[in-house]
Amino acid sequence: MTPRGKVSSIAGAVLVVSLAASSLALHRTDQLRPQATLDEVLFVSSPKVIKRADLGFDGLMACIYWTRAVQYFGFRHHNFATSYNLLAPLLELTVHLDPKMVVAYEFGTSFLAPEPPHGAGQPQAAVDLVNYGIQNNPGNWRLYYDLGFVYYMQLHDYPHAAETFEKGSHIPGAHPFLKVLAAQMAQHAGEYQTARMLWSATYETTQDKQIKDNALQHLRALRVDEDVDRLQQAVTRFGERTGRLPGSFAELLAAEGISGLPADPDGHAYRMTPEGRILVRNPDDFPFLTKGVPPGYKPPTKYRQM
Amino acid sequence: MANSIAHIASNTFREAVRDRVLYNLIAFALLLSGAAILVGQISIEIEKLVVINLGLTAVSLFGVVIAIFIGIGLVSKEIEKRTLYTVLSRPVRRWQFIVGKFFGLAGTLVVNTFFMAIGVFAALFYVSHKFVRADALIFVALYFIVLEFLIVCALALLFSSFSSPLLSAVFAFSLFVIGSFADDLRNFAAMAHGFSRWLATGAAYLVPNFSAFNVITSIAHEQPVAGQLILQNTIYAIFYAAMALSGAVLIFERRDLK
Amino acid sequence: MPAIEILGLEKTYTVGFWRKLPKRALHPLRLSVEDGEVFGFLGPNGAGKTTTLKLLMGLVFPTGGSARILGREWTDPAVRAQIGFLPEQPYFYDYLTAHELLEYYAQLSQVPAKERRQRVEKTLHKVGLREVQGMQLRKFSKGMLQRVGIAQAILHEPKLVFFDEPMSGLDPIGRREVRDLMEQLKHEGKTVFFSTHILPDAEALCDRVGIIYKGELRGVGAIEDLTSRVQGKVEVIWQGTQVPPSIKALGAECKAGGDQVRAIVSENQQDAVIDALRRERLRLISITPVRTSLETYFVEQLRRAETTAGTVA
Repeated sequence: MTPRGKVSSIAGAVLVVSLAASSLALHRTDQLRPQATLDEVLFVSSPKVIKRADLGFDGLMACIYWTRAVQYFGFRHHNFATSYNLLAPLLELTVHLDPKMVVAYEFGTSFLAPEPPHGAGQPQAAVDLVNYGIQNNPGNWRLYYDLGFVYYMQLHDYPHAAETFEKGSHIPGAHPFLKVLAAQMAQHAGEYQTARMLWSATYETTQDKQIKDNALQHLRALRVDEDVDRLQQAVTRFGERTGRLPGSFAELLAAEGISGLPADPDGHAYRMTPEGRILVRNPDDFPFLTKGVPPGYKPPTKYRQM
Repeated sequence: MANSIAHIASNTFREAVRDRVLYNLIAFALLLSGAAILVGQISIEIEKLVVINLGLTAVSLFGVVIAIFIGIGLVSKEIEKRTLYTVLSRPVRRWQFIVGKFFGLAGTLVVNTFFMAIGVFAALFYVSHKFVRADALIFVALYFIVLEFLIVCALALLFSSFSSPLLSAVFAFSLFVIGSFADDLRNFAAMAHGFSRWLATGAAYLVPNFSAFNVITSIAHEQPVAGQLILQNTIYAIFYAAMALSGAVLIFERRDLK
Repeated sequence: MPAIEILGLEKTYTVGFWRKLPKRALHPLRLSVEDGEVFGFLGPNGAGKTTTLKLLMGLVFPTGGSARILGREWTDPAVRAQIGFLPEQPYFYDYLTAHELLEYYAQLSQVPAKERRQRVEKTLHKVGLREVQGMQLRKFSKGMLQRVGIAQAILHEPKLVFFDEPMSGLDPIGRREVRDLMEQLKHEGKTVFFSTHILPDAEALCDRVGIIYKGELRGVGAIEDLTSRVQGKVEVIWQGTQVPPSIKALGAECKAGGDQVRAIVSENQQDAVIDALRRERLRLISITPVRTSLETYFVEQLRRAETTAGTVA
């Protein structure tokens, strides 16, 4: 081989080996570093600092932080995280960089307010976020809806909820359901009907896939809760009438005059335990379920894909 | 007289084109297409937002980098390579040389921006599948970006008239960065006292103020731009560029071309 | 009316960042060049030739003195239309073709649009670059670039041209070509002012020369006048080992080596040596100038300058 050929082959070999070795080393270091440190650090937490550093390109930074917020939540939610410490700061950064990014406020109400693992468990942070949104987008009626939602669902503050829906209903172009909801608060707070109205409204009006899916799951769980409640009441009535528990589910249904087998939204029939407890077939399929679960039931540690 | 300027301008433009500067458009196009496609995987609502923000930010940044890198070479390179001597030994005044270079560079950037704008609209169409009236606001944002370029070009020429290429690049880029938060400088000046207040106020008015030129965030939300702002920005840009260019001419007229 | 009148132009640079030290590049220069003359400005590197040219071109500003070119103040822009300048080792926009470059220069020299094309073609033909006019300058050799440089200097048919080291860096063929071009300019009646440190070229072309050293003019005049007092030397080589006594009598240094003899004699002894060799029937191999009279004069001036500087210092 010529001298040049010799040098070339050695250089080429060194190149390949170094590439492999450095990749391996990197892989090893990645495994060493605990997952927490990778995403628990928000290097910059002040909107002011970012605004200075980004040379005026706030909009782009807002998009970047929004993307980060969505991915942060999605990833952790998928892995059944018990905390979402960075969600509020990320969303706050997003909206301070671009106060008009309305979808961020929506996301906040859907996922900041609920308790873990479904959300960050910070309803007040959600309220603050949406209030900031309303300040900066006074013509947006949907933000009032979002705010009212949080008051109702997580804070159970029905008067505030009513007030918010009422205020929102006056915004030009507001969806008529705001007025309806305001009225609903007064009379039917705490009822399934109301909850269903709210979740349906969210489901129908949002464009964000995660929010939509979340609303859907709530609606499904609501439906089961309602069904179980109704059937459970039937058991009680039966007991009051006959002084004993129904012998079988079929007996109960016959007594109530229900033809066919009541089934959950997935098509699986409900069943009754000998103690007269109405249960759903697969509680795991219905996150957010509060009724129809066996005693001592614990929700699964890993969700199936929504 | 105006002819000399026009000839020098068109020669400068030709230099930029032949120097394959416009190839940066390819990098830009790739970046934008990649982003547009990727963005479709995030929430539907902000696809358009991302394309407009990213697209216009890229137009702005790419343009400033080109403005600086070509601009600083305009005079320094010519002196270094002695191409300047044969030009100035002709009936061409030194100030005409500077002004001609400015227009040539500005022209290059306008053409560059034009092609990039096509790219942005194409990416926008790809994600939205239609154009709405409010998209015309993008032209306003682009116009402001071009005004920014004029200022940066003039500054690049100013530094180029007395400084080495490397230093000129550093100065010009620093001023661009400072110009982005010139508002903070003014706030600081308002809070300061005595001499530092005087100094800060002076600096705040001397450095270019780009904060009013960046309307990308608001037009991405289809918010209109006040006609008054368009007028003010135009006036500011023209006068600021004129200031920097006069500085360049003053320095260059007196400089020994060793 | 002289084509060029340099009236005491001088240039002092300040060198250094902290302590500014003055550096005198050119002492007050007094010089004039007549119309139609070919004037050679001679001096070693760093003597001040380029400084003088740059001062005349307005590229550098003088610390004192003035000049008149073609009867006007040298800073008068109208002058520029009538002069041409070829800087030292020129470099041109290498992304342009020769044709485009000359078109550009023609535009800047205010050649009327209608005539531009024709002038450019004519000039390219004159400098022998017509065939390559469509080629980008980045591909040109040094000699070709030099010819382009001359082309841009004469394109607008100026009355007066300034060349700074026009032969520098050229191979013998290139130098020949440039010399021929300059001869042609001379025949056309143009005034040529050029600087060089290559004396044979000056001897071949110039009517008058000026010698500059360390920023000061040391001598100026027609070549014959300057060199009439000094003699150059020639080297004569002939076959054999014999040194004819008549040659020895001339006081020549002779060296015999192999089957040749080498002798160094004065220029004016040349003919005597040739006669002697013919008488002795010795075969003459070559006669080569070792040092021309101009060279001798030149070195003489420089040496004198050193001594004066020595005594003054």
